[in-house]
This record gives sequence, structure tokens and C-alpha cells, in this order.
Amino acid sequence: MNNSFRNSARLAWAALRALLVLTVVTGVIYPLAVWGVAQAAFNGKANGSQVKVDGKVVGSSLLGQNFNLPKKNPSDANETAQPDPKWFQPRPSAAGTDGYDTTASGASNLGPSNPKLVQTVNDRRKQVAEFNGVSPSQVPVDAVTASGSGLDPDISPEYAKLQVDRVAKARHLDPAKVAKLVADHTDGRQLGFLGEPTVNVLELNIALQQLAG
Amino acid sequence: MSPILADVLQVSALIAALALVYVPLGDYMAGVYSSKKHLRVERWIYRSIGANPDTEMRWPAYLRGVLAFSLVSVLFLYLLQRVQNHLPGSLGFAAVTPQQAFNTAASFVTNTNWQSYSGETTMGHVVQTGGLAVQNFVSAAVGIAVAVALVRGFARSRTGELGNFWSDLVRTTVRILLPGAFIAAIVLVACGAIQDFGNWHAMTTLTGGSQGMPVGQVASQEAIKELGTNGGGFFNANSAHPFENPNAFTNLFEIFLILVIPFALTRTFGKLVGSVKQGYAILAAMFVIWLGFVVLMTWSEFAHPGAALHAAGGAMEGKEQRFGVGGSSLFAVSTTLTSTGAVDSFHSSFSAFGGGIALLSMMLGEIAPGGTGSGLYGMLIMAIIAVFIAGLMVGRTPEYLGKKIGGREIKFAACYILITPAVALIFTALAMALPTPIHSAANPGPHGFSEVLYAYTSAANNNGSAFAGLNANTDWYNTTTGLAVILGRFLPMVFVLALAGSLAEQRPVPETAGTLRTEKPLFAGLLVGTVIIVTGLTYFPALALGPIAEGLS
Repeated sequence: MNNSFRNSARLAWAALRALLVLTVVTGVIYPLAVWGVAQAAFNGKANGSQVKVDGKVVGSSLLGQNFNLPKKNPSDANETAQPDPKWFQPRPSAAGTDGYDTTASGASNLGPSNPKLVQTVNDRRKQVAEFNGVSPSQVPVDAVTASGSGLDPDISPEYAKLQVDRVAKARHLDPAKVAKLVADHTDGRQLGFLGEPTVNVLELNIALQQLAG
Repeated sequence: MSPILADVLQVSALIAALALVYVPLGDYMAGVYSSKKHLRVERWIYRSIGANPDTEMRWPAYLRGVLAFSLVSVLFLYLLQRVQNHLPGSLGFAAVTPQQAFNTAASFVTNTNWQSYSGETTMGHVVQTGGLAVQNFVSAAVGIAVAVALVRGFARSRTGELGNFWSDLVRTTVRILLPGAFIAAIVLVACGAIQDFGNWHAMTTLTGGSQGMPVGQVASQEAIKELGTNGGGFFNANSAHPFENPNAFTNLFEIFLILVIPFALTRTFGKLVGSVKQGYAILAAMFVIWLGFVVLMTWSEFAHPGAALHAAGGAMEGKEQRFGVGGSSLFAVSTTLTSTGAVDSFHSSFSAFGGGIALLSMMLGEIAPGGTGSGLYGMLIMAIIAVFIAGLMVGRTPEYLGKKIGGREIKFAACYILITPAVALIFTALAMALPTPIHSAANPGPHGFSEVLYAYTSAANNNGSAFAGLNANTDWYNTTTGLAVILGRFLPMVFVLALAGSLAEQRPVPETAGTLRTEKPLFAGLLVGTVIIVTGLTYFPALALGPIAEGLS
């Protein structure tokens, strides 16, 4: 019995040493090596693809953000923020109470036949249609569904085009110029066939701000 | 270009990339497990462990190595989380609670990576990089080691010796996973995945609001998370998060990483048993199932049945614009048919049939192509069952790769295929029978049942993906899913290694005219049928209550 206990203890000790050595290799050396190369060769991307306007960081081109009007009463948790007509609006977001909260990335996880999701989708369609002055049938799917991460930086080109007239009107700009801005910021599928066409909302809105002066 | 045509091209590009590396990677891995030479860094590691890498182990010794290493890993990872608040780089997070720390430790050590926590608000730098990411490497290496031991059981005769666990563990980590993950991590950083230290800082957004800027060793962890079929996200949103999966190219690249080792291991298997054609037959069975499921999933998601999806005009709830329906469907099938469980879109909001396909993918035992190592040994067990069924039909003693499949071998194989469904279904039944656990479900009706069934299927099969509506951070789910991952990982390994030992002891049977040709397409077809019938029927009643009921209502 003593012998088998001693054998087990020896085995456990070997296992622990194996774990610690492999922790040094894969948990310290490996990430530091990647970090070194990343910081040296891809500094901007390794630190979050931060976007600057007038020298100030306004966000990450990979993370979506809200473009809402200021809340009337910021301390009121029940007040839902209203979209600002001056900006292109991102997709609905399930990250945090107001959406686009980077500390709470995630999806709604509502099932495909959940009545709550049906209601939410119908409400969104009505809201987007009224907000942009179009008919509900014109509202594209990405405008009425929350993304997986809740931080989706992109919208579909259809949703961007839908917002052109409303943004131009709110900013007293020529709709043709705004439409051109959208066209310039529309990215096709990568390599022509990967994923879906996208419009990066933050980059589009920064360009819009510069256009408005 | 229509989305469907683009998706066909996307899937074709993936298959072409996998085909390109199949032979070189498979042969390279075969070399790793048959080479007599040790690298200098490996010698240094063996010295620190105090193990002789040239000692041959019989199956009980090999198993003791697996279990001791895994037990120590669970304890170490548990402790690391429990003292997190005292560690540097903790980002101000508290120690993880005992139940959740147990659940997470068990889950990462078993290659499951079920997560009842949310990464960005729970885990600091040290736990993520020095704890969780380390298990991403070594749990994958343990899986491959066990698979290689089984392959040696077929390849060797009259010995009972299966190789050396420490050598297999270290070689897999140093020669396969580390170089692969390093290259993959650099590719991911180049595309926008982050790799930085420090603290989160607040940014003032364009409209004057505030948003936190995440930091972390994301690229290095993401690379091994996919390559080792682990799946535990750095962030709560997992591979849907733009910092883990920045664009459509990285999405396809991550799917490639998930599939590359499990598929290539069939070549390694063929090389080691001395007939690459045997490997092709296994590969063919895996590939047919994978492609069939990709087609079914993609069709279901593009057709988007379901009241809410119909109202929205498409199945984009829980999906990212840059991946679209096609990229998300491909990822969902690949992650659930391996033991990965990473997600780039949220399965709970998939169409009922789509969600059902993800569930069925895991129920097949994750063998098409399956997890790193676990996919190969799972499929070889199914091959033994297939040979046995064929043997019964013609009234011959079944044999596979020159080994007799006798009563002892069939018992081990049968235990293997029974244990995982038993764990999944018994825990699901308990959760449904008890008054409280069902309250964790976020959706009403059959979908709520699917959430619970999905959770235990995912845990018992060591997948780790979720119908994430379920609030799994309760004492009940943390404890039971923690137990399910351990039972679902190590009991099958016991049977695999016992089987390997038994096969290695046998003397080879000479091939005769009556031997079933297991390298032929007919056998690959028989294997696919066996997989579908054996595992599909086990779960059919449960599937009928969940996704099928929801899809038909």
C-alpha cells in the first residue's frame, strides 16, 4: 500500500512539473513572442485599430458604437436612448442596456419562434421605417436584427443607402454627396466571395462629419 | 454575385486549402510520433519533469499519465482563478467563485471550454494567458496523444506497449501546436485581432458617449483556441467579437484552423498503420458527413423558417454582417462537428432546424472530423462497430486492420459509445425533472428544453458551445456541467486506451479473400451509415421534443 502511495505521489509530482514547464512555454514565452512581433509589425492593429479625429481617439474601427441623442435624464435607467438623425445608425445591439457596451459583448439569444423576438423585430421595422421615412417593406434584415457580438461595426449597403436622405436632410447636405460618401465607404465581399458586403458605420460617420465641416 | 454562389465559392476555397495541407501535415505528424530523436528543448522539458521519454508504457501506465496530468491541471487552474484578486494584471476582477472556478477548470482541462462566465468581466491577464490558454494547448495535446496511442494499438503486435505519454504530450505541444498557433496568431493580428497588455481605458465616442477599449492577449489565445479545437472565447461574444474575428477572411481562416488537424490526423493514422488508403476511408466518411451537414445547415439558414426570422426577412439575429448567413452556417457546423464550440454567431437564434443540426452534430460524437485526437479515436471506435455489424451480417469474426475484433474489444467500443449519451441524457432528464433548473432557460416551450439538452450534449461531448439563452452560472449548472465534461472526457479515454492495449497484445490475422476491405468506398459508406444510425437513434426522442417540435409548430 505504501508502495502504491509513493508511486502515485511520484506520478503527481511529475505531472505537476510537466504542467509548470508547459505553462512557461505556452503561457509565458508563446504569448510574449506573439506580442513582440505584433507590437513591432502591426502596432496599430494589435492595439485595437483605434481611430483618431483631430488627434483624439474616438473609437475602434472594428467596434461598433452608438450614435444616439443625449438622454434627457442620464440617471434614469429606464429611459431608452433615441437615435440621432444626424448620424448613420448601426445595427440593433444586445450588448448592455443601451447597446454597444464592450464590457457586455453578446447576442439576444432569443429563439427563432420566440414571440418576444417577433414583437421586437416588428417594433424595430416600424421604428426604422418611420425614422427614415420609408415603407416598412424596404427595411433590410440587418436593420431589424441584433448582431452576435453586439459590437458589429458594419451595416449592409442597403441599410446605409436607406439612411442617406434622412441624414442629408438633418444636416442640410446635398443627398447626392451623402450617397457618394456611402458608395465610397461600401466594401464588397473580401476577395470577391468571402462574407457579405459591408459599410463601416464609424468610418462613414467620421467622413460625414468632415463633409459637414 | 448572389450570396449563395459566393458561399459555394467560400466553401470550395476552404476545402481546397484543407486538401493542400492534408498530405504534408499528416506526414509531418506521423513523423513526429515515430521519430526517435528528441529536440533540445524537449530534452530540457523531460529533465524538468524527471521522465524518461523512451520508456514504453502499457495502457494502464499511459492512462495513469493522462489522468494524473489532467487532475493536476484541474487543481492548478482552479487555484489560479481562486486567487485571481492577488495576481498581477487581474484588471481589478475578484476571485472567481468556487462553483464557477471548478466548472471552468474542468471545462478547459477537458478541451470543452464551456463557459459560464463572461471573459471581459471575469478573467484577468494571468488567468487568461497563463491558465486558460495553456490548457488550450495541453488539453488538445492530451487528446491527440490518446488517439496516437490507439493507432499504435492497431499498428503494433504482441507487445501491449503504446508509447510514452510524456513524450507524446510534449512533442504534440512543441512540434505541432506551438509552431501552428504562432503562425496563426500573427495572421490574426495582421487582420486586426488585438495583442496588448495594460488596462481597459475609456474612449470618448464620436457623439461624446463613452466606450471601454478592451485589452488582452487575444490573438495568441484565439489561434490555439481554434487550432486545438478548444473554443473558449476571450470575450463573451467568442469569435463573433470583432477583436477575435475581425473580418470574413479571418472567419474562414479560423474555420480552417478548427478543421485542419482533425482531418490531417487521418493521414497520420494511415501512415502509422502502414496503409494511407485506410486513412482515406476514414477521411471520406468524415468529409461526407461534414459536407452534408454544411449543406443542410446553409439551406436551413438561407430559407430561415420560424416566425421571428420570417418577420425579419432573414436569419440574421445573432449573426454578424461581415460573415453573413453563409459564413456563419459554415462556422456553426464546423465548430459542432469538432469538439470546438467556438461560435461566430449565436446558435440559439438559428432557425429551429439549424439549431437542431448543430445539436445533432455534437450528438454524433464529434467525429466528422471531431476534436484534435478525440475525433480520430471516436471515428475509429465507430469503424470497429461498423466492422462488427458487417461481420454479423456475413457470419464471420470481424477484423479491422489485421486485428480480431473479439468480445473484449467490442465491449470496450460499446461502452465508449454508450457513455456520452448516457451522461448527456441523464443530466438533461434530471434538470427537467427538478423544479429549479428549468428557470435558467430564456425561451419558452420546446426551445427552452432545447437549451437544456444543448447544454448537456455540449458538455458531455466536450464541445462547449451553447444555446446561450440558458443562464448557466448557477450552482446547479456549474456543478452538473462540470461533472458532465469530466465524465464525458475521461471515461471514454479509459475505454479507448484499454482497447488500444488489447489490440496491441494481439498477433495480426493474415488477410484472406473473406476479409472486409476497410479501405474501400463501400466501407466508408457503411461507416457513415453506422454513425448516423447508432448515434442518431440514441438521441432521436430527445430531438423530437426539442428542435423538431419547435420546427414543426
